[in-house]
Amino acid sequence: MLTFTLRRLLLAIPTLFVISLVIFLLVDLAPGSPMSEIPLTVPPEVRKKMIEALGADQPVMVRYVLWLRQFFWVEPATLFDGWFGTNLAGGEQRILSWQSRAPVFTIIGQRIPQTLTVIGTAYLVGVLIALPIGIYSAYRQYSLFDQLGTLFAMIGFSVPTFFSGTLIIIIFAVTLGWFPTKYDTNLAVTDWPSFLQQLRQMAMPVMTLGLANAAVISRYMRSSMLDNMTMDYVRTARAKGMSERVVVLKHVLRNSMIPVVTVIALGIPSIFGGAIITENLFGVNGIGAALIGAIHASDLPMVQTLAFIFAVLIVTFNLIADVLYGLLDPRIRYD
Amino acid sequence: MPDRAAPVLDVRGLKTVFRTRGGEIHAVNDVSFHLERGELLGVVGESGSGKSVTMMSLIGLLPSPPAEIRAGTVMLGEQDLLKISADQLRAVRGARVGFIFQDPMTSLNPVFNVGFQIAEPLRRHMGMTKAQAAKRAVELLELVGIPDAAKRLGDYPHQFSGGMRQRVMIAIALACDPDVLIADEPTTALDVTIQAQILELVKELRVKLGMAIIWITHDLGVIAAIADRVMVMYGGQIVEQAPVKDLFANPQHPYTRALLKTIPSLTGAREARLQVIEGQPPIMTAAPTACAFRARCGHAFDRCEVDNPKRHAIDGVALGQGHDVACHWAPVTAEAAHA
Repeated sequence: MLTFTLRRLLLAIPTLFVISLVIFLLVDLAPGSPMSEIPLTVPPEVRKKMIEALGADQPVMVRYVLWLRQFFWVEPATLFDGWFGTNLAGGEQRILSWQSRAPVFTIIGQRIPQTLTVIGTAYLVGVLIALPIGIYSAYRQYSLFDQLGTLFAMIGFSVPTFFSGTLIIIIFAVTLGWFPTKYDTNLAVTDWPSFLQQLRQMAMPVMTLGLANAAVISRYMRSSMLDNMTMDYVRTARAKGMSERVVVLKHVLRNSMIPVVTVIALGIPSIFGGAIITENLFGVNGIGAALIGAIHASDLPMVQTLAFIFAVLIVTFNLIADVLYGLLDPRIRYD
Repeated sequence: MPDRAAPVLDVRGLKTVFRTRGGEIHAVNDVSFHLERGELLGVVGESGSGKSVTMMSLIGLLPSPPAEIRAGTVMLGEQDLLKISADQLRAVRGARVGFIFQDPMTSLNPVFNVGFQIAEPLRRHMGMTKAQAAKRAVELLELVGIPDAAKRLGDYPHQFSGGMRQRVMIAIALACDPDVLIADEPTTALDVTIQAQILELVKELRVKLGMAIIWITHDLGVIAAIADRVMVMYGGQIVEQAPVKDLFANPQHPYTRALLKTIPSLTGAREARLQVIEGQPPIMTAAPTACAFRARCGHAFDRCEVDNPKRHAIDGVALGQGHDVACHWAPVTAEAAHA
């Protein structure tokens, strides 16, 4: 397993290099100029100077290599300096956003907590709802509960979040008035009342995304349980006199979790990617919103860096899913 | 060996029906038999003749729905297994009745090690601690002839060969010293040499542990090698029942005779073609009112169409104790039987 993990990690290096190049070139092809949001009253020679100051006039390969150096050396070094008070980065230029002129990683650092709290909670809630629904639906296949579970999953699958989110706002914020319509990013949780307020403002986006996530995962769980429920070893467990609880929640579930854990692990990168629509709908100022803003402003360093970070997360969680697979299923040995 | 006084298992009038969308399937029709202490009862018949369904009905192993047990009593000692609660039945399964299944490749749970799987019934039924169960599991693995038993407890099923897995299944079935062991085609999925090993093992264990065994198979050769008494099933009914020697010497039911003819002979002139029984076993969509075998029987006549033959003794002994058969023609002479 260790050799396998190391081999995969080494293999990830060329993969990520290729991905970074492709991202860089693709994003560079996009039309638009970093000056598009600068007022038209600014004279052309000043604009030219501004573009030069940003380094946007450099050829794409030069910018790419510079970006590589910044991403893999300057940024980690700066982070290290920040922790231990050293001076590894030596004041070198960090990756700057063309839009705000602030370091890209500073912006990410500001946005990621919102995304993780809201989208992460929604994912967790989705998983926690989905697993019991999937298990019980399979155990009582075609029962009323199963039919309702199927209906729930169909709704979660097919209704887009901009619709379900709006519906939830109308029901819970407008009609019932339980939750605030807008997410207040500046709310600091310091005491019990502010914690409750945070929970209230998280409730609706978490509901919206949780529904969508739960729909997908509960289907996986159900079908995986159904696959295993008819296996011979289940009959063996019953023949041994095991209680239904042990048969279903130990023998069947342990086998059924193998593919589901993989699906759950592979879904985690999407949390960091944020949910662009949901974040916009509820005014959560997260990563998704940052990415959209950067695309609008042709803020290439920001877009490239974010896209690359998502790529890193996807590669990482693929590896994690494979390792989990090996841990859960004794038949799989990678060495 | 058989002890006439107290059968360990006594089944009467068992009826099992599957309710499907296409209607009812009468899989087990009025089956009665008993099992003496220490006896090995062979059950033969083609696929679909109701052998496995009968045995699974006894201890509630059929999924319900669609299966439904309509009638009958299943006395295990003083207990009627069809009347007791699901919890009480669970206390019987694995403790007093052990079950071995056909396919050892899929009958063990792939994600738990064999030590855990053997220890499970021990801990549940005998209330053993982890350590006690592990110790007993080693004894059991040694009993079924798995070398290096202590080391193999932590191994997973995929690390065992087919024959070894079936030995593990036998160890699980024997874990709590059952009164009755039901073996549902335990050697069918194994190759012939491994099959012989497993047969030897069961013969040996039977003497050592003195339990009664029901052995389901479609291989008459296996029956001849190990059984005391044989039950031939067709269309969810028992069509012939006899001590093993009588059955082979004097087969009465045309189906039994046809089955015996399908065994290729190793001596004498080479036969042109292997003998087969034309057609397929019927799917019983209603309780039988005619002989189930009539469509494939060379001796069928008017009465077979309207009257389902009842089992009757042909040797003067009480029904079920000696040789009985469900055929209007029976008894026939031994010469005619082999004709």
